[in-house]
Amino acid sequence: MAAVKQVIKNRVAFLDQKVPPYIPVLGITGLLLIWELICRLNIVPPLFLPAPTAIVADGWQMISSGELFRHLMASLTRILGGYAIGTVLGITVGLILGFSKWADAIFTPIVYSIYPIPKIALLPLIILWFGIGEMPKVAIIALGVFFPVLINTFSGVKNVDPILIKAAVTFGSNHLNVIRKVILPGALPTIFAGLKLAAGTALLLLVSAEMIAAQYGIGAMVLHYGNLMITTKLMAGVLLLSLLGLLFNRGLQWLERRLIPWK
Amino acid sequence: MRVVVDNVEKTFIDSKKREVTALENINFSIEEQEFVVLVGPSGCGKSTLLNIVGGLLSPSKGEVYFEGKEQKNPKLGIVFQEIALLPWRNVYENVIYGLEESGASKQEQKVKGKHYIDMVGLTGFEKAFPKQLSGGMKQRAGIARALAVEPDLLLMDEPFSALDAQTRTIMQEELLTIWDRTRLSTLYVTHNIQEAVYLADRVIVLSRHPGHIKKIIKIELPKMGRDQEKYRSQFERYSQEIWSLIRHDAEEALKEA
Ligand SMILES: Nc1ncnc2c1ncn2[C@@H]1O[C@H](COP(=O)(O)OP(=O)(O)OP(=O)(O)O)[C@@H](O)[C@H]1O
Ligand SMILES: [Mg+2]
Repeated sequence: MAAVKQVIKNRVAFLDQKVPPYIPVLGITGLLLIWELICRLNIVPPLFLPAPTAIVADGWQMISSGELFRHLMASLTRILGGYAIGTVLGITVGLILGFSKWADAIFTPIVYSIYPIPKIALLPLIILWFGIGEMPKVAIIALGVFFPVLINTFSGVKNVDPILIKAAVTFGSNHLNVIRKVILPGALPTIFAGLKLAAGTALLLLVSAEMIAAQYGIGAMVLHYGNLMITTKLMAGVLLLSLLGLLFNRGLQWLERRLIPWK
Repeated sequence: MRVVVDNVEKTFIDSKKREVTALENINFSIEEQEFVVLVGPSGCGKSTLLNIVGGLLSPSKGEVYFEGKEQKNPKLGIVFQEIALLPWRNVYENVIYGLEESGASKQEQKVKGKHYIDMVGLTGFEKAFPKQLSGGMKQRAGIARALAVEPDLLLMDEPFSALDAQTRTIMQEELLTIWDRTRLSTLYVTHNIQEAVYLADRVIVLSRHPGHIKKIIKIELPKMGRDQEKYRSQFERYSQEIWSLIRHDAEEALKEA
């Protein structure tokens, strides 16, 4: 009888498929092309959905007139300010709550009762406190960022292996150094998950606050052109927001790789 | 300096809220430059005792103290079974951790760091993160970290139990060589009888329910080269004696598990 040869193949090859780097670009380009085509063929009226080329044309005009820049700068200062304040406070309080059982017992119930409130509902109250101006918008963003960052920092701290803390104390660390050299770096991966989550929240609150109470800012601009039914300029604002979100996320990813090289 | 464990007792509250005595009536001392090994079956309280001596757990009764001529805070070095290197620090940064915390100058950190990294045979791996090391290499780094503070007492809790048999044998030999050069007072925990006889000046045999000292055995063999043929029969006799002391306990422990 002749021997039958049956080669064993790697049946999990699909787990490590190689994807050429140009494929993601292809996806976006394809979407834009289809979108353009739909508009050119007049399948939907331009008032409802303007063509990408029309948006770019109007967008360009807004850039050269300086209008877009003015709105963008107003939004950027608010979101970066609010995000920075919320992050610093969130990480600090999260570390303290995670480290001290006492602080945890006293403050965690308070945190969890404020956390579920949709922060935008507090805007009228905050305007009442701080008056109209930049303060309430920055404050509402900071508030929205504070909670997810705090909660993630807290759970990150709780997940730090106690044996590492014991080792650090054994080799002479005081409490402050335990926090600085063990707990903070140990919680960093989880903190970054919170930072990314908070970026989305910040953008949402920025636009909402600007739609409610602002003259300048991308949110105000989008609302303004919506009221005027100038869809191209409205869409330019929307695309700018998508770009902003993308950049935000990329920036955080870059920072994460820089700060967590041991992963 | 000499370390005295004086009448230590430890009780825990178990999951059914009952009080269980993990250690009772523990009295012994570790003399200067002495290598003391704790052996005993699983669950007899070896880790508990080591943690109490290391200041990571409070005894329910009794105390542990250093006795000596000088008035200074005793320094401890612990080699953990879980190794416990900080993942975000490379080998060098882990090794000098204790020096950094004690406020040693950068220059001193460099000199001592290099010295102890060389001693454990990790030269060339200073920049590597723990993740990039093998199990044996990680534990070498853990040992270097404990040695680098030049402790008054070195504590080791089954430092090689996670390693494979070959690596383990090599590490035992290296540990002995390092110990011979540093002569640190050492308390070493293991459940491996051969390892105990190979390393110890004195072996403390613990027994269970509650954990107490069954016997303290002085190993009257030269410290270095106990694995030579001429000591074979004596080595076997010590091992046999310890085994007969803990055999019953070990069997009981197995039934409970
Ligand atoms: N935190 C704790 N709470 C309750 N009981 C504990 C605690 N830690 C240890 N014990 C109990 O104390 C006893 C001694 O535990 P220990 O870990 O010291 O044993 P061991 O000799 O190190 O065992 P092994 O060889 O398995 O490491 C065990 O019965 C254990 O269940
Ligand atoms: Mg143990």
